[in-house]
Amino acid sequence: MRTETDAEKKLDSRLRFKFNFQSYALILALILIAILFGALTQGEFLSARNLSNLFTQMTVISVLSIGMTFVIVSAHIDLSVGSLAGLTGGIAAILHVWFDWNTGIVVLIAILVGALLGLWQGWWVAYRAVPAFIVTLGGMLIFRGILIGISKGQTISPLDDSFKMISNSYLPYYIGYSLAAIGIFLLFIFRWINRNKRKKMGLKLSPSVLDYGKLVAYAIGILVITYMLNRYYGIPVPLLIVIALAGIFIFISSKTSFGRNIYAIGGNEEAAALSGINIKRKTLSVFVIMGALAGIAGVILTSRLNSATTSAGEMYELDAIAACVIGGTSLSGGRGNIVGSIIGALIMASIDNGMSMMNIDTFWQHIVKGLILILAVWLDITSKKK
Amino acid sequence: MGNYALQMKSITKEFPGVKALDHVNFSVKKGEIHALCGENGAGKSTLMKILSGVYPYGSYDGKIIVNGEEVQFNSIKESQDAGIAIIYQELALVAELTIAENIFLGSELMSETMINWNYLYAEAQKWLSEVGLDIDPQTKLSDLTVGKQQLIEIVKALTKNAQILILDEPTSALTESDTKILLGILKDLQAKGVTCIYISHKLDEIMEISDSVTVLRDGQTISTDPIQDLTEDMIIAKMVGRKLTELFPYEKRNIGDELLVVRNYSFVDDSTDKILVQDISFTLRKGEILGFSGLMGAGRTELFFSLFGGYTGRKTGEIIMEGEEIDIGDSADAIRHGIAYVSEDRKRYGLIPEMEIIKNTTLASLDKIKTNHILDSYLELKKVEEISKRVNLKAHSLEAKVTQLSGGNQQKVVLSKWLLTDPKVLILDEPTRGIDVGAKREIFKIIVELAKQGMGIIMISSELPEVLGMSDRIVVMSEGMITGELFREEATQEKILKLATIRG
Repeated sequence: MRTETDAEKKLDSRLRFKFNFQSYALILALILIAILFGALTQGEFLSARNLSNLFTQMTVISVLSIGMTFVIVSAHIDLSVGSLAGLTGGIAAILHVWFDWNTGIVVLIAILVGALLGLWQGWWVAYRAVPAFIVTLGGMLIFRGILIGISKGQTISPLDDSFKMISNSYLPYYIGYSLAAIGIFLLFIFRWINRNKRKKMGLKLSPSVLDYGKLVAYAIGILVITYMLNRYYGIPVPLLIVIALAGIFIFISSKTSFGRNIYAIGGNEEAAALSGINIKRKTLSVFVIMGALAGIAGVILTSRLNSATTSAGEMYELDAIAACVIGGTSLSGGRGNIVGSIIGALIMASIDNGMSMMNIDTFWQHIVKGLILILAVWLDITSKKK
Repeated sequence: MGNYALQMKSITKEFPGVKALDHVNFSVKKGEIHALCGENGAGKSTLMKILSGVYPYGSYDGKIIVNGEEVQFNSIKESQDAGIAIIYQELALVAELTIAENIFLGSELMSETMINWNYLYAEAQKWLSEVGLDIDPQTKLSDLTVGKQQLIEIVKALTKNAQILILDEPTSALTESDTKILLGILKDLQAKGVTCIYISHKLDEIMEISDSVTVLRDGQTISTDPIQDLTEDMIIAKMVGRKLTELFPYEKRNIGDELLVVRNYSFVDDSTDKILVQDISFTLRKGEILGFSGLMGAGRTELFFSLFGGYTGRKTGEIIMEGEEIDIGDSADAIRHGIAYVSEDRKRYGLIPEMEIIKNTTLASLDKIKTNHILDSYLELKKVEEISKRVNLKAHSLEAKVTQLSGGNQQKVVLSKWLLTDPKVLILDEPTRGIDVGAKREIFKIIVELAKQGMGIIMISSELPEVLGMSDRIVVMSEGMITGELFREEATQEKILKLATIRG
C-alpha cells in the first residue's frame, strides 16, 4: 500500500471516532436510563431483586431480537414473531398440561413447529416473492387465530416443575461467578489473539491501553451484574440461554458464509445473486431460524408465566423490531449486529420495567415505546444520510 | 467583459482535509457550448455545485459573475432564478407521471388549486416542439427511453427560462441515436442564444459540439482553449498531466486452445417472453481477448448476463467449456465452471455498499478463505492484500467501506472479486465505464496481463477505439444476433459500424 496523506489520516480518525461514538451511545443510553429510573424509584430499580427480574423479563424479546436481526439484515421484516411465540408456547403447554407429554419433548416440538411455520412464511417470501411485510402480517393473524382455536380460548396451566424451571431457576452462586470469570478470561484471550493477528498482518491497532481498558470496563460490568444477581438468587437460567444463543448467532453472523451472505443479500440483493449466492434458499433459512427462535421464546415465555394464554406474546414483534433498530440494525438491510440488538432489548425491557415500577399507567408505556421506535428509525436514517 | 455569460474567478473550496478547488478560473462566453473536462475527482462536480448554489455563498472563496453582475447564490432556487439550470446524470423526474406533469412539476401551472389540464398539455406541446420532439405530452414518462427522458429534463429546464444550461455526463446512458438527437438539440439551443456547459468523458462528443474546452486537474484550472486548437490526445494529455504515449497496452500473445465454445445459443426471457439473443455461436481461446461490439441494445449484455445465469428464462444451444458441455442454471454454476462476469453496472450488480473492501472482494469465493469450514479473517486479508496489489488498488485501508473509493478503484475491487474465483473465462462488460483515463489504462494493463497468463477474456465495449485497441478478434452483434467477426488486423471503425447496423 502507499503511504497515507495527512488528509486520509484525519479522515480515518474521524471515521473511527464516529463509529466509536455510535457503539458507545448505546451503552451510554442504557446507563442514563438506569440512572434515571434508579433516581425516580428511590434506587428500587437498581436493587438486586429488580435487576434479576429485569434480566428475566428481557429474555423473550432478546431471543426474538436475535432472529429478527438476521431477518432485518437480509432486508425483510417479521411481524408474526409475537403470535408465533404465543402459538408455540401454547402448543407446548397444551401437550404438556392436557396430554401430559414430557417437558423435553414438548420443548423440541415447540421449536420444530416454530421452524416449520418459519419455513412456510419463508417459502412465501423467497419462492413466491410476496413481501415479507404482508406474509408475516398474515402470519400474525393466522398464528394468533390457531392459538385461540386450539386452546379453545382458555388459559392453560399449571405447568410441571420441570417446565417451570426453564424460566424460573437460577444458577448457584459459585457457577455464576465461575462462568463470569471464564467469560472475562475469554474476552481478554480473544482480544489478545486478535491484536496479535492484526499486528502480524500490519493492520492498524488502537492503543493497547484503550483496547484493554475497554475490556476492563466490560469485565467490571460483568462482575457487577453477576454480583447483583447473586445477591438475589443467582444468574437466571433464561439469561444463560440468551447468552448461549447470542454466542452461537454471533458466530454464525461473522464466521460462516451463511452469515456473510445474509449481509450481502440485505446490502445489495442483485450483486449478491450475481456473486453466486442462492438468495431464495438463504432467505428461506433466515425465516426458518426466526421461527425456531420464536419457538424457544415461546417456551421461555410460557415457562415464566407458568401458563399459556391466548394473548401471550402480543406486540412482542414491535419490541423485537425496536430492539434491533435501537441496536443499530438498519431497516434497509445489510447492517446490524446481535450485541446491539440485545442491548436494545435490554433498553426496551428497562423502559417497561422502570415505568411499571413507577406505577405509570400501561397506556403510557405503549406511547413511550412507540415514540422510541420512531426515534430510533429516524436516527438510523439521518446517520445514513451523512 | 460584456460577452461573458459566466465568469467564476479564483474559486477555492475546501472540505475537511482536502482542497477540492484551488483558485479555479472558469469563463464561458455567451452562446457557446463550453466543455468541462477532467478525471473523476478533478473538481468538475464541485465547481458546478458551487455554481448552482448547492454549496451556498460563503462556503467557498472567490467570485461568480453572471452576465457581468456578481451573484451570491444561497440555494438552488436562487441560481435557477438567475437562469442557471443543471441537469444531472441521475434523472430527477417522476416515472409514473406524464411528460407534461414532469415538465411543469413545481411550477405555478401545477400548483394552482384547480389545474387546467388542457392548457397544461398545450403548453407542454409547445415546449416539446420547440426542441423538435414529436411526443404526446400525455405519455407516461416511464414509457420513454432514457435518452428521451433526458431530453424532457432539458425541456423542463428551458421552461424555467434557463440561460445557462449545465449538462453533467448527459450521454452516459444514451443510445447513439438519442445522443445524436441530444447533440442536435444543443446546437439548436445554441443558435437561440442559450449558453451550455457540457461535462463529459466522451471526447468525440466534445470534439463534435463544443466551442471551447476547459480542463481541470486536481482542483486546478489547467487550460481553456478554443476547440480548433485541440485534439483528443491533447485533451487527454492535459487531463492526466502527462503525455499518454499509448492508452492501450496491447501485446501480441500466444493464443492457446479452444476454451469456451458457444453453439447455436438462444435465450428467451421468462417474464417478458422476449427473445433476447438468437442463434449465437462463437469460440474463445485461451489467452485471447475477444471484443464484443455493437450498438446499445444489440444484445451483448443480455447474451453474457444470460450465459452467466443472471436471468430466469429458457435457453437452447450448447455451451462447451474445455471440451465438455456444461449446464449453467444460476451464477453459482457459472462460477463453479470458471466463468466470471464483471457487470457494466457496478453499483447495481457489483458492489455491496454497506460492506468493507475486504468483504466485497471475497464475496464470490468465501469457500476459499475458510479453515475447517470457518471463515478465517487472517486468510481472507492475506488473499485480499495479494489481489489488491495485483490490480494496484489505491485505498487507505482495506477495512474502509467500498463506497469511499473512486470509481476506478471500485471497479478494481469488483475485478479483484472475480479474480479471486480463479476464473478461466473473464467476461468484462464495459469495464471502463465511468472511470478516468488513468485508471482505464491500469485496467487495460491488467486485462493484457491476465490474457498472457492464459485466461480467456471477453470484453464488451461500446467505445470503438477501446475494442479496436484491445481485442485480438472482434465479434459484432446487432439485434440479438452475431452479424460478423473481424480479426484485429482487418478491423476498422467503419467495418464494425457497418456490421453493427445490419438489421434482421
